[in-house]
Amino acid sequence: MSQAGTRTHAPGDAPAPPKVFEGAGRRELDAILKRYPDRQAALLPALWMVQAKHGWVSPAAMAEVAEVLGLTVASVKGVVTFYTMYHQHPVGKHFVQVCTTSPCNVCGAEGVVAAFLKATGCARMGATSPDGQWTIVEAECLGACGFATPVMIDDDLIESVTAESVPALVAKYR
Amino acid sequence: MGFPHPSHPRETVLLSRHFGDAEARSYAGWMQRGGYQALEKALGMGREQVIDEVKTSGVRGRGGAGFPAGVKWSFMPKERTKPHYLCCNADEGEPGTFKDRELMRWTPHAVLEGCAIAAYAIQAEHVYVYIRGEFTEAIRVMQAAIDEAYAKGILGQNVLGRGVRIEMTIHRGAGAYICGEETALMNSIEGKRGNPRIKPPFPAAAGLWGCPTTVNNVETLAAVPHIIEKGAAWYKGLSLSNPKSTGTKLFSICGNVAKPGNYEVTMGFPLRDLLYEMAGGIPGGRKLKAVQPGGCSVPFITAEEAAGALLDYEGCVAAGTQLGSGGMIVYDDACDIVYQVMRLARFYAHESCAQCTQCREGTAWTTKILQKILRGEGRMEDLDVLVDLGEQMTGKTICVLSDSCAVAVVSAIQKFRPDFEAYIRSGRAVATA
Repeated sequence: MSQAGTRTHAPGDAPAPPKVFEGAGRRELDAILKRYPDRQAALLPALWMVQAKHGWVSPAAMAEVAEVLGLTVASVKGVVTFYTMYHQHPVGKHFVQVCTTSPCNVCGAEGVVAAFLKATGCARMGATSPDGQWTIVEAECLGACGFATPVMIDDDLIESVTAESVPALVAKYR
Repeated sequence: MGFPHPSHPRETVLLSRHFGDAEARSYAGWMQRGGYQALEKALGMGREQVIDEVKTSGVRGRGGAGFPAGVKWSFMPKERTKPHYLCCNADEGEPGTFKDRELMRWTPHAVLEGCAIAAYAIQAEHVYVYIRGEFTEAIRVMQAAIDEAYAKGILGQNVLGRGVRIEMTIHRGAGAYICGEETALMNSIEGKRGNPRIKPPFPAAAGLWGCPTTVNNVETLAAVPHIIEKGAAWYKGLSLSNPKSTGTKLFSICGNVAKPGNYEVTMGFPLRDLLYEMAGGIPGGRKLKAVQPGGCSVPFITAEEAAGALLDYEGCVAAGTQLGSGGMIVYDDACDIVYQVMRLARFYAHESCAQCTQCREGTAWTTKILQKILRGEGRMEDLDVLVDLGEQMTGKTICVLSDSCAVAVVSAIQKFRPDFEAYIRSGRAVATA
């Protein structure tokens, strides 16, 4: 679903972020490149590296990825926009994805979303909380339907979350 | 063992034997449980012999399509003039399905062993394990197993000292249901948008980087070591109904069910027994309304149809649905089926890669019409429009995402038309939307 942030960025309105593919980052990318017969195949892993470092994939980072992999910026952007897990805007310190697809939906997943919005002070889905700590989105099927409702907080998948268990979970990550 | 519930006495526990057994995750633990004996045996057999064994076993693709795995392998060229590749499809994303996740996070070496045997059989020197981006735990566990396997000589330039080279790399997805479609998966590995490719050429002729490629589901590959170890005849004997459906199948039961989880049964097992005896039936004193036995891309069936259904490829078709991936979604009589169908349509609209008009427009308009009905603004003609739209979305696109949306929506209208009509007649809006 929509993961639009509350800010928009015109190219060049922010200071250039630190480079990802220098030093240890460059060595990590070189090791990845050894696993594939061409450079473009390292695009998804490279974008994961960018997001791990910056928290999102900025236009400047896309340009850096394009340069190191010998791709056009347009083709990199085409890939970034295809996959929902790459953030095209900055998100809160904690990014929360709540599965609300049917198997979880019939088990009360929408109540879990409402509980997260309430506990974090987010005005709506996709909007970052005023303290910059939280962004809550709905996700389509997290692949853990037998453990409704699964929730991803950053890189952690938490099983069997209920509306009642949300406040304690939020307190744990806060 | 069993996870999250102890194995039921009527399960046929093969792939799920070590679910919940954290010690089975390590190389040492796996060796104590008889690990890598099948790989040893396979490397002592001819490649053709391995393929024949898998062909004879009758094992069919567990990702949803049900294509015979050994036949798929036999499409690979016998002479290697270009690199051959194997892709392990761990992009499990079919709503209702969560079996590959358990296979990877409890028994990573079983998946790895299946991959290695398959790679040997089809002369692939590199295996890409494509794991969906959300499966962070499975990625960690699988990477640890791969690292250990390299250290122990199970992977690398000289597998088990037999002069066979097998490399293995995890490729992490980034949030796209469509990448579970095998040609979209290959594009995603190549660093492209996950758009499915037109077939032919099929992957065995021109797959990854234009080279011969086989894509198999995690569960299919995990079954291979058992077939090699105990033989095709034994595996073929695991069949309770139709001999064209063999082996065991993991069913992921979820939705309105008392004990959701994975249950492994022999092909042909009665749906009713799985649902009520193993998974504890419907909680809260409510009754069964509908089931999708194979994930959300298969037709809905009613409680009456489900009562006599047998869980194999042919049995599900006879009951008016499909076995699919074995992700069984259970809906009780308190469910608003119209709302849930809209949610499924919205899922497909969200996940459409948007290459084909029928899919891009069809899934979006199906969702909009269902939302209109849920707002209490529907007209009776809308139901005919939805069915007609479903026909236009079937068999006309590069992949079957569009068909899947149509099948869920049209079957729901056919089976539960009064629920849709009630919204239209009353002009009532949904409470939860």
